[in-house]
Amino acid sequence: MASWLLKAMDLACQKAQRTLFEGVSFAVPAGSWLHIEGGNGCGKTSLLRILCGLSPAAQGQVLWPAAHTPDGAGGASVQRPDRRALHYIGHALGLKPDLSACENLCLDAQLSGLPLSRAQALQALAAQGLQGRAHLPVRVLSQGQRQGVALARLRTSPARLWVLDEPLVGLDAEATARARSLFQSHLDAGGALVMTSHQDVQLQGPGARWQLGAKAVPA
Amino acid sequence: MRATPPPVPSPWLAMAALLRRDLRLAMRRKSECLGALFFFVLVAALFPLAIGPEPATLRLIGPGVLWVAALLASMLSLGRLFEGDHQDGSLEQMALSAAPLTWLVIAKLGAHWLISGLPLVLLSPLLGLQFALAPEALAMLALTLLIGTPVLSLLGGIGAALTLGVRGGGVLQSLLLLPLCVPVLVFGTGAVDAQMRGLGAQAHVSVLLALLLASAALGPWACAAALRLALE
Repeated sequence: MASWLLKAMDLACQKAQRTLFEGVSFAVPAGSWLHIEGGNGCGKTSLLRILCGLSPAAQGQVLWPAAHTPDGAGGASVQRPDRRALHYIGHALGLKPDLSACENLCLDAQLSGLPLSRAQALQALAAQGLQGRAHLPVRVLSQGQRQGVALARLRTSPARLWVLDEPLVGLDAEATARARSLFQSHLDAGGALVMTSHQDVQLQGPGARWQLGAKAVPA
Repeated sequence: MRATPPPVPSPWLAMAALLRRDLRLAMRRKSECLGALFFFVLVAALFPLAIGPEPATLRLIGPGVLWVAALLASMLSLGRLFEGDHQDGSLEQMALSAAPLTWLVIAKLGAHWLISGLPLVLLSPLLGLQFALAPEALAMLALTLLIGTPVLSLLGGIGAALTLGVRGGGVLQSLLLLPLCVPVLVFGTGAVDAQMRGLGAQAHVSVLLALLLASAALGPWACAAALRLALE
């Protein structure tokens, strides 16, 4: 089945009169991953934000499967899907420091219009190795644990496409392994993954790497 | 392939969740939301002390002083309306939510009014006693604040969204907002004044209600547009 979840067409990004990247084109088929690589400041985060529709591209288009045709058979649309189909985790994790991990998960899901019970949230946190931390305020958690809470949110998300900015930063070996198996099971279930990471994520199955900045025009 | 289709999202659920979240956050950070309230009480309490105990003078300046104090107190609490959400990334998640951003903005502004506007309304009759205001003037003062403070929250939301992420945004925000708040101030104090003179405050209250309707119709929409700009 030739299905795709995201297509980038000739994207370019400009920041402060400087071209960060241009000519970025790729398609992300269902069940595959795309690892965006590049040095610091080459525009990886900007690219992810453009993909999610948070920032406009200087040039080019991001295409999504048209609504109500989950496999892209019904054509393409420039209309960005919401969090039922796309889950983005950026540098800022979107966690409220004063709320507990469990409250963060429940409220975040409800904010995107998806009900989530406490039990489901606790289960997701436990699967991420955070049992015993679920009722602590997020502000007392370490950086790696916060990242874990953000990843636990993915377990409760119905989205088929995950866009993750440095999802493994700050994680210890065990948590990294848990994250890998989470990503792998998402891919095996027909989801797709677009991510930046300075580590090798070692995912199985079809995937691609996009080296960013190689074609960038210097200032 | 995931067999279950994504559930149909409910904007009401999202709005209720956001309102609950903001109220819960305010309860966990009581000092922040009480600060503006104490400011209001202090400013209103200092004026009678400084001006002297002449009831006629106090009665004359009372409505104006209380209204200006309420206006400044609501400005104080506006700075962090979207700041926290912007910093910790919650705002990005709201922009990506299945619920329209405008709806979420309405919930945020509603929470802001409940936290910082409603206490001002409830306290104002008590503070008005210091200015020797008659009971009907006290009631009118509370009524005008009840209609006026949501307008201040709605207008303030636009200012807070426009200055989000701008260095020194607080001053810019005041410069942007204070001129917009002048009509609310004029008709709010005017209503109390007219009531005290026995002229009837219907006209003033109608204008205030019109201001409330206009800002409720346009405010959240403008605010959401400004937030999208700030996220770029």
